[in-house]
Amino acid sequence: MRRVGVMGSVAIEPQGRKPRHMTPARIGIYAFLVITALFFAVPLYVMIVTSLKTMDEIRLGQILSLPLHPSLDAWRKAWSSACTGLNCNGMQVGFLNSVKILIVSVPASILVGSVTGYALSFWRVRGATLLFGAMLVVAFIPYQLFIYPLVRVFSVIGINNSLIGIVVVHTIFGLPTMTLLFRNYFAALPTELFKAARVDGAGFLRVYWSIMMPMAMPILVVAMILQVTGIWNDFILGLVFAGRENLPMTVQLNNIVNTTQGERAYNVDMAATMLTALVPLIVYFGSGRWFVRGIAAGAVKG
Amino acid sequence: MPARLLRLPSRFVATLALAPAFAVMLVVYIGATGWTIWISLTNSRMLPGNVFVGLRQYESLFANERWQVSVHNLIIFGSLFVLASLALGFLLAVAIDQRVRGESLLRSLYLYPFSMSFVVTGLVWQWLLNPTLGIEKLVRGLGFEAFRFDWIVQQDMAVYTLVIAAVWHASGLAMAILLAGLRGIDEDIWKAARVDGLKTWRVYVSIIAPMLGASFATAAVLLSTAVVRLYDLVVAMTNGGPGLASEVPAKFVMDHLFERQNLGLATAAATTMLITVAAVAAPFLYWQSKRQRLLAR
Amino acid sequence: MRQGSDVDVRGVEIGYGSVTVLEKLDLHIAPSEFVVLLGPSGCGKSTLLNAIAGLIDVQAGQIWIGGRNATWDEPKDRGIAMVFQSYALYPRMTARGNMSFGLKVAGLPQQEIGRRVQEAAETLKITELLDRRPSELSGGQRQRVAIGRALVREAGVYLFDEPLSNLDAQLRAELRVEIKRLHQKLKATMIYVTHDQIEALTLADRIAVMKDRIIQQLGTPQDIYQRPANRFVASFVGSPAMNFIAGELRLGSDGARFAAQAFDLALNGYRFAATPRDGQKVELGLRPEHIETTGAAAAPAGTEAIIEMVEPMGSDQLAWTRLGGAAASLRLPADSTLRTGDRVSIAISPGKTSLFDLATGQRL
Repeated sequence: MRRVGVMGSVAIEPQGRKPRHMTPARIGIYAFLVITALFFAVPLYVMIVTSLKTMDEIRLGQILSLPLHPSLDAWRKAWSSACTGLNCNGMQVGFLNSVKILIVSVPASILVGSVTGYALSFWRVRGATLLFGAMLVVAFIPYQLFIYPLVRVFSVIGINNSLIGIVVVHTIFGLPTMTLLFRNYFAALPTELFKAARVDGAGFLRVYWSIMMPMAMPILVVAMILQVTGIWNDFILGLVFAGRENLPMTVQLNNIVNTTQGERAYNVDMAATMLTALVPLIVYFGSGRWFVRGIAAGAVKG
Repeated sequence: MPARLLRLPSRFVATLALAPAFAVMLVVYIGATGWTIWISLTNSRMLPGNVFVGLRQYESLFANERWQVSVHNLIIFGSLFVLASLALGFLLAVAIDQRVRGESLLRSLYLYPFSMSFVVTGLVWQWLLNPTLGIEKLVRGLGFEAFRFDWIVQQDMAVYTLVIAAVWHASGLAMAILLAGLRGIDEDIWKAARVDGLKTWRVYVSIIAPMLGASFATAAVLLSTAVVRLYDLVVAMTNGGPGLASEVPAKFVMDHLFERQNLGLATAAATTMLITVAAVAAPFLYWQSKRQRLLAR
Repeated sequence: MRQGSDVDVRGVEIGYGSVTVLEKLDLHIAPSEFVVLLGPSGCGKSTLLNAIAGLIDVQAGQIWIGGRNATWDEPKDRGIAMVFQSYALYPRMTARGNMSFGLKVAGLPQQEIGRRVQEAAETLKITELLDRRPSELSGGQRQRVAIGRALVREAGVYLFDEPLSNLDAQLRAELRVEIKRLHQKLKATMIYVTHDQIEALTLADRIAVMKDRIIQQLGTPQDIYQRPANRFVASFVGSPAMNFIAGELRLGSDGARFAAQAFDLALNGYRFAATPRDGQKVELGLRPEHIETTGAAAAPAGTEAIIEMVEPMGSDQLAWTRLGGAAASLRLPADSTLRTGDRVSIAISPGKTSLFDLATGQRL
């Protein structure tokens, strides 16, 4: 049975591989993907491009155009001489502050979270289930409910507006997520491991340090990504608890950009924004699949 | 006997290890929340007062124009943001699921905004939506002299700029969650659908989407928590302006705590936020725990 | 009664990228025939089935279904229906919904859909289950619904991809009978993939035994069982498994003989499929039920055996002994009183045995 082709000539008898055509549907999908890709990519492009232009060029209003004479002047200014109020030392101040906060808060919150999660998954302590349930619930409460009491308590203790204060705050608010993360991970490990270690005579801390944590590499990476990104990007907690000398980069960025008198130096603004976005972007692009795993793990609230 | 002695200290250490968590839960989460609620029921203003005044602060709150605008804005923002992010996230996930080329590149592209701070997002979009130098100027330059895109300085449109920026920021998250859900679907279902002669779009709409209930719920809940916490984006992008056009409850609380120094009003607002969150989160948590118990059986 | 479509696989090659899974495969299935593709995992049987269904493309060759070249046709245009191992029911629809969805989308009138669903449900005895969701059904019930979804298509060819593998032994036996009854009632062409040789033997009109992506033997269950074409087929089909004794062929004036350690068998009445050579190294294949015991003593030496172990299996017993240096099992009636250590004499009918070349495994 031969098939008659379009031209009336005898066409090929179907055999072997089916010819693949680009259907309209497939074209539509690619078109959609390209358009949305542009939607997501253009802002980043504009950020970079604006930061490399001179103010004259920017005033021309061609927001999408490439810089005529790209220069890193704006970046230099943003880094070392941008002004927050009376201080004109640039974003490097905020950058260092954010780094200081990060270096202490990330290990602290991961340590506390992992020990708590570990304790909840293997050990029968009174009230453990209640604690776990409570953590699921409190993760939803907005920060605004805690701010005033915490500020008062911190002033009394003397750690308000200090590095310790902000570190403690990040540890406290990171506790539910970190605990959930580690607890879910440990709960999925075979209990035989734990029992074997106990039979071998290992105690609470020994099991934690020598057996569980070495096995927890994957979740540690995820926890680090979540905490580094979360703490670096934080604004409200840094604003309230860090104190003027320790303001993180995000707070300083907002101050520089939104509280300028007179004409704004858009290129410096964008350079400063890029600088602030750099660390999380590097973590993001460098972490590959781990970032998505972090989202998946953080999304599982119990 | 020695074994028992060995075990006792360990359990003690375990309880000790959980002590910080217990302490935090009790003192911070429960204690602070309780204190805040208490303050909202007193006559506090600049400093915490001690006179119990019942719901008077709440009366002032609900009569407060700024609060009314904030709530109104949040409702508009919340519904548009969650729906748009879910829709866009779903479409992106479906499109990527079609075995397209450059999949991992596209995925990274859609998700990178989520890795950045809301402050960064707000500032970038503030720049893009700048009426004299941003998109409006660009399109006008292309010849469309009458083009207007100055929403960010318009009273009745400012909220929508927040929506745009937030959707840009977070639809990658929705996409990631929904894509994971899509990938978890049994391949044989696709085969059966093909034998049944169903068109691809039909399969997604009638069979796959209903199966993604859990993924949609998870994504919706995560997006909703961002809605209530909305603060950074507003401060960076519009600072509540123009006027009160883009005020939101979280900002209301912060402003009244620090600048306007009205503790009573601020804590009443915060408590109202809590009640709203509880009203939405409680059924979700309940449904989650029921599902856990069902799955465990 | 409709007649099923015939299926013709001509020189088909299937592969992914540079990996070839199936090469130059030919298979013809007559209308209304029940053909089973039998083999261990990885032998290519599912791949072949999916290619016939149109779910996988072929790299070369053609597939004809019902007299039509269907090589490039979408599954829905091939006149086929398929049942999957994991049932693949749409979870959010009721059983009725699952069975009618494809027809609804195809635009069939409501009445016709209703009639077909009702008929299929009655055939499969699931009429009370129609308004339940898959999560409310047991494994066996789900599989019936899946079969129902295939039946309503009133296809020319029904394809089954290991449909019973996820069920427990008892359900498997039940549904096996149902599928056979279905075939008798519908007289449709059925192609069935499985790794279970019992399913193959009971259901098939013909079996294609596959290994390493090649059809080792295509024949009726009788053929496959009585005259396996090679050692693999012989060992794969039949439970308890066939016994194999390694030895040599001796060709003499009085015919051929099989010689092994303390074991000698005259091969009168054995139908050779290939020409034997003197001194050829071979394996003798004996099915346990073809070894007869004729009571103790009073038997010429060489056909005596000592029972090493007896396994009672309910309907009969399996006795283990040594023949020609190899372990061999033989069937005893349930009431046999033979025990470990007893001597028995063995009688083997050469016509019922199989001889395989030791090196190639081919039947002699």
